[in-house]
Amino acid sequence: MKTVKSPFHFKGGVHPDYNKELARDKPIEKLPLPAELVVSMSQHLGAPAKCLVKPGDFVRRGQVIGEKNGFISVCVRAPADGKVKAVEKRLGPAGGKADAVILDTTAKPESAPDANSPTPPPVNSPASILPPLDWKTASREELLKRVEEAGICGMGGAGFPTSVKLNPPPGKRCEYLVLNGAECEPYLTADFRVMLERAGRIRLGVEIMRKILGQPAVRIAIEANKPEAIAAMEKAFADIEGNVEIVVLPVLYPQGSEKHQIYATVGRVVPEPPALPIDVGCVVENVGTVAAIADAVEKGEPLLERVTTVSGDAVVEPKNILAPSGTKYSDLVAFCGGEKEPPAKVISGGTMMGFAVSTLEIGTTKTTSGLLLLSRRKVFQYASGACINCGRCLRACPMNLNPALISKAVDANDIKAAEDASVMDCIECGACSFGCPAYRTITQSCRRAKNSIRARIAAEKAKAAAAKNS
Amino acid sequence: MKPKDTSEHYILSSSPHAHSNASVSRIMLDVIIALLPTTAMGIYFFGMPAVWTIAVCVSTCIVTEALCRLAMKRENTIGDLSAVLTGLLLALNLPAGIPLWMAVLGSVFAIAIAKQVFGGLGMNPFNPALAARAFMLISFTGPMTTWLKPFWWKTPEAATTATPLAVMKTWFVAEATASASPHGLCNAACKGVPSLCDMLVGNMPGCIGEVSAIALAIGAVYLLWRKVITWHIPVSFIATVFVYSLIAGGAPAMMQVLTGGVMIGACFMATDYVTSPITAKGKLVFGFGCGLLCMLIRQFGAYPEGCSFAILIMNALCPLVNRWTQPRPFGAK
Repeated sequence: MKTVKSPFHFKGGVHPDYNKELARDKPIEKLPLPAELVVSMSQHLGAPAKCLVKPGDFVRRGQVIGEKNGFISVCVRAPADGKVKAVEKRLGPAGGKADAVILDTTAKPESAPDANSPTPPPVNSPASILPPLDWKTASREELLKRVEEAGICGMGGAGFPTSVKLNPPPGKRCEYLVLNGAECEPYLTADFRVMLERAGRIRLGVEIMRKILGQPAVRIAIEANKPEAIAAMEKAFADIEGNVEIVVLPVLYPQGSEKHQIYATVGRVVPEPPALPIDVGCVVENVGTVAAIADAVEKGEPLLERVTTVSGDAVVEPKNILAPSGTKYSDLVAFCGGEKEPPAKVISGGTMMGFAVSTLEIGTTKTTSGLLLLSRRKVFQYASGACINCGRCLRACPMNLNPALISKAVDANDIKAAEDASVMDCIECGACSFGCPAYRTITQSCRRAKNSIRARIAAEKAKAAAAKNS
Repeated sequence: MKPKDTSEHYILSSSPHAHSNASVSRIMLDVIIALLPTTAMGIYFFGMPAVWTIAVCVSTCIVTEALCRLAMKRENTIGDLSAVLTGLLLALNLPAGIPLWMAVLGSVFAIAIAKQVFGGLGMNPFNPALAARAFMLISFTGPMTTWLKPFWWKTPEAATTATPLAVMKTWFVAEATASASPHGLCNAACKGVPSLCDMLVGNMPGCIGEVSAIALAIGAVYLLWRKVITWHIPVSFIATVFVYSLIAGGAPAMMQVLTGGVMIGACFMATDYVTSPITAKGKLVFGFGCGLLCMLIRQFGAYPEGCSFAILIMNALCPLVNRWTQPRPFGAK
């Protein structure tokens, strides 16, 4: 095990104000179980889970309430004992509506339909839900199955099902397992705290993942502004066998982007979509996900809770909170002492890629890394002007695109021109809009173009399928 | 029961929710700040006529911008300072003794015809100040090529003179005909051309803002430090002029760089965002083209100076250069 400086530097990137000092020294605190949970069936990338419960049902902590629905999907388990109040469409952080199970955690177990069952374990007991596995003796298939059963998906942001990532298609081999501890999003410190406080779990998770993936080399990527996390990882991994390196990344947004992290740590370039990291022999996992894998295997504990950073200048006391999935944002804010002043903007996630939300009545998911309450002073609001061709967005774009050209094309409703300018390669990191002196909403234009292109491709596919059938 | 939204009216917008605080007006202000040293030197050498020309150009540009926006029923944009900058740049590219009504006409042309007709800032194909200068050079050739001597008030009987460029142009001819005698050239040099030191400081006839190479260099360094411009255009422009004159002969290469509009052109006019390519590669091509055309005009053209025409021609080619030099996405084959 050794610590090295990142040997490769990608082009572009920006330096937003990190504002991490608000919550970085706040140890993880466990939230008392909220009275109501809003558990979304769409907590991950891919098809939403199929809801298995109906109003009136009594569910036990860890019980599968949403079934994996397709290849790119994960199951959803009840984060706590409770009675299903309702199953209804609820607003998600990204603005869309998805089925959600509304759980009343105060309901007494007597309301369970099977009143004659043996004494149920106390509410939210630590008793294991899945049988603990000894990772050293368990087979690769058993471990993979466990990751899937535990409902684990990437906790860094996109929420890609982890069991899919850990099971490369035939003919593809994972040579490098990259641990993403960059946490380059402003304000967020959840991963940082996990690295500090759960270093042993991360170590165990890495060993389990190495076994599943066939002993790849391991690279632990951490930004240079987190020396405590680097030290914690160095200590945890000090005596590990095999090719393991801690790679110290320069402080630059978006170091946490999968493609850029692979380049920064092992110097490989992931080709254009639909290529995936595995095509260049890499698997990237967020540090929180790795710790969740350790819990799922060793303790039989599915992914039912996560650490979320609640921060921003409009919250009384910023905190890193361990909360069950489905915790309403309002409960998180209340646990932080409430609002210091009415927030002008509430963001689910970080300031660069997070979603502005309209209400605090949204439940957290497996991917909710942060909740930010920003006052009017921290919110910029300007009318966007004409592009002056300054080139800042080109220099900032880590994908080496021409965002100015794309945004002008989208303004002119010329989606074809945006497509020709490789808009589909855009990772929506926000670096272009961040530096635009004309306050143009370039990232939003890229998103718009990508959505219309995706819709067009889907329509073409449907048309082709219809033509085939007729 | 549906949760009730109470007093929550949070601002909704697409990410990112952070901004670097860069702004168009700050960029324009930076360029204006960068032009202050050369403005001061111009006023020092050419006196009150320079002050009046600058004042008239700047104020006319602001008024024209406001009136154009009003007529077009669009929001007022004088706050972005681009009109101020255009006025200042135009003034710095005029001889100090220009009749003020001509300066007014040039300023109106710069803003109304070269900029607002195309839709305002960001839409104009040509650098407004240079387009106006070209318009004035063609319309008022005499006054536009009548140069005040530095400190002209000390010798009021012979206040005007030719620029060193006019003298240097003859050297190309001299060299071609008189089998290049270095001795003869030196004699010519002694007659009409300032010393290297004078050229650096700006103690020579020329446009208000183009004479002082040192002041322009200070401004350029400021712009580079503020990351308003990149090195690509100034370096490739000036290097092309230098190498061309080494190869082609005529006046010494250093003299070609320090006289006329090369310095102000390379650092301030060719680096205009709107009318120059957006990629680094494109900027290198653009700077090279400007330098080459400038020297071709200086050697073969009808005018002694070709800097502004060179930049205007490259402005026209800018979309083409952009097209050729599109960046290749990270990970693309």
